[in-house]
Amino acid sequence: MKSKSIYILLYLLLSVIVFNSFIQDNPYFKITKQDVELKIPKGFPKPIYDFNKNKLTPEGFVLGRKLFYDPILSKDSSISCSSCHQRIAAFAHIDHPLSHGINGMIGKRNVMSLQNLIWRDAFMWDGGVNNLEVQPINPITNPIEMDETLSNEVEKLKHNKEYVEAFYSVFHDNTINSERILKSLAQFTGLMISSDSRLDRYKQGKETFTVTELNGLKLFQTKCANCHSGALLTDNSYRNNGLKADTALRDRGRAIITGKDEDNNKFKVPTLRNIEMTYPYMHDGRFRNLQQVINHYADPKNFDKGYDLSLNKIGILTEKEKGELIAFLKTLTDKTFLYDRRFADPGMK
Amino acid sequence: MATLWVAMSFTTKSSSKLAGKGKLVIHFRNYVDDKEMKLDSNIYTNDAGQPFSVTNFKYYVGNFQLRKSDGKEFVSNEYFLIKEDDESSKQIILENIPEGEYVSCNFILGVDSIHNCSGAQSGALDPANGMFWAWNTGYIFMKLEGKSSASNAPGHIFEFHIGGYKSPANCIRTISLNTHLSILNEKTTSVELKADAAEVMKTPATIDLSKLSSVTDFHNAATIADNYSDMFSFFPSPEKH
Ligand code: HEC
Ligand code: HEC
Repeated sequence: MKSKSIYILLYLLLSVIVFNSFIQDNPYFKITKQDVELKIPKGFPKPIYDFNKNKLTPEGFVLGRKLFYDPILSKDSSISCSSCHQRIAAFAHIDHPLSHGINGMIGKRNVMSLQNLIWRDAFMWDGGVNNLEVQPINPITNPIEMDETLSNEVEKLKHNKEYVEAFYSVFHDNTINSERILKSLAQFTGLMISSDSRLDRYKQGKETFTVTELNGLKLFQTKCANCHSGALLTDNSYRNNGLKADTALRDRGRAIITGKDEDNNKFKVPTLRNIEMTYPYMHDGRFRNLQQVINHYADPKNFDKGYDLSLNKIGILTEKEKGELIAFLKTLTDKTFLYDRRFADPGMK
Repeated sequence: MATLWVAMSFTTKSSSKLAGKGKLVIHFRNYVDDKEMKLDSNIYTNDAGQPFSVTNFKYYVGNFQLRKSDGKEFVSNEYFLIKEDDESSKQIILENIPEGEYVSCNFILGVDSIHNCSGAQSGALDPANGMFWAWNTGYIFMKLEGKSSASNAPGHIFEFHIGGYKSPANCIRTISLNTHLSILNEKTTSVELKADAAEVMKTPATIDLSKLSSVTDFHNAATIADNYSDMFSFFPSPEKH
């Protein structure tokens, strides 16, 4: 009996070792120097986040990836960043209007996609967070998300052999602190760059659009691109896009941060990259699909008071135009990003 | 002109290399009016005549600036978190101060906007110290928590968590104190600085704990910041070692 359990133990131990070396040796999960080179895509502005102050290394990125996929960050080891931010959805959460946290508790906002974060001047739907590095403190310490304290986090990692080794490989000493956790996470999330959608390829002459898509592009440029502008498909401003004020959550958006009544019901203009994959839509996930989104924009009668007056130029959209806009929005899907092996779950649990 | 400039800066550089440097130790002593602060047990009275005890008192100071009578300045960009329940946090050391007589000492209560926007930091500015707001990112500059029978909050507690480096409430306050400090080569000068927590609730605004027992975001934060801006004073006659 005793010897049997020893065998089982040995077997388990061996499989862990084999599995770990599988991750390290498997070329699919291997991160090289080239993998962590920051390449600014053509037509993109200068990034706001400065990687010079957080030098990218393969080890730093791998540590960030490990942290991102590891539920150890939550109080009861049930939730990881990736529980809410799913790779197939450009790191948004498919089919969940509001985020789901620890013990199944429901948050008050729709999970945002994670892409092109180093070009964001502020984070969250209300722009309350001023630096990519400190953003994760929110989910980690929020009682209805991961419900953990930063100092506990540090203690847990200090007592975990894998992490002690991983931190050493990055920083070459034995210190584990919140700064290092947060900087490593930023190495991973900051490199999530989408720049190879069909629209990008069309602009570079590598791809052709159908007539429907072309019509959609033209409509988009005249009606939507003042807010969803440029290569990032957002002007990083806060606007009221006319959504009916919600009476349940009473989320005041930007006004929570600025304290100004004029910012009531304004939210960050979101990027539309990979929009096909990030349903449901809007800060509270009220629209299930793109058809519902376009139906909202299609008629000024839908706009609640206080809406941004630039919406007036959209006018009434015909059924044909709606279809063209949706066809265009689907050209923003970036398979290179969605299937980028660097961001895949290395399978450690 | 340019050569003169270069020559001049060169001489200042080399002369400052020759000049001696010393250390300044500032010992923070937290008070409530004229009584040394004692957490939990002591009962004090505020200007509204309400009894209260203190359970927690913490604040950030930084960007120390010492000035000589000829206008020459020593500047430090360091930050310190002073915690009433942690004796070691109350002694701060400024190093490499050029020797000489200093007539004023300026610093800020709070954390400047650059350090509020610099992302993850360690040491005094480690967000794990619990002096950080995550949802509207920035440091909490000062926490004063306690109990008062006058407070209508559950458990009769009061809590003032004051922070904010930008509109709608900029709570950074610059403290300017006259002093007489001699810094000597390779010597340590010590001074004691009084921080009077009673000031958090008075001048210019007298806080009535039955009406205002909790400030944890920008609402009313600037009022409290104006109050705490005159909370510091040097104890007389700095000693020398
Ligand atoms: C319980 C679900 C949940 C978990 C777990 C979670 N997030 Fe989020 N995340 C959200 C939601 C919801 C938002 C939008 C929040 C808001 O606007 O208030 C968000 C927003 C973000 C943003 C801002 C994106 C932008 O463009 O502004 C980043 C970055 C981010 N999360 C990274 C992380 C990281 C890193 C982790 C793990 C440490 C994590 N998240 C864990 C739900 C979650
Ligand atoms: C006045 C600025 C403005 C204009 C013009 C505008 N939008 Fe938006 N859009 C926003 C804002 C702000 C949001 C987020 C609103 C919220 O969640 O409360 C948004 C959200 C969206 C979303 C959902 C994104 C997500 O991740 O949930 C889609 C899709 C979208 N817009 C498409 C369009 C299209 C198509 C047009 C043109 C017909 C358009 N928008 C015009 C400001 C604008």
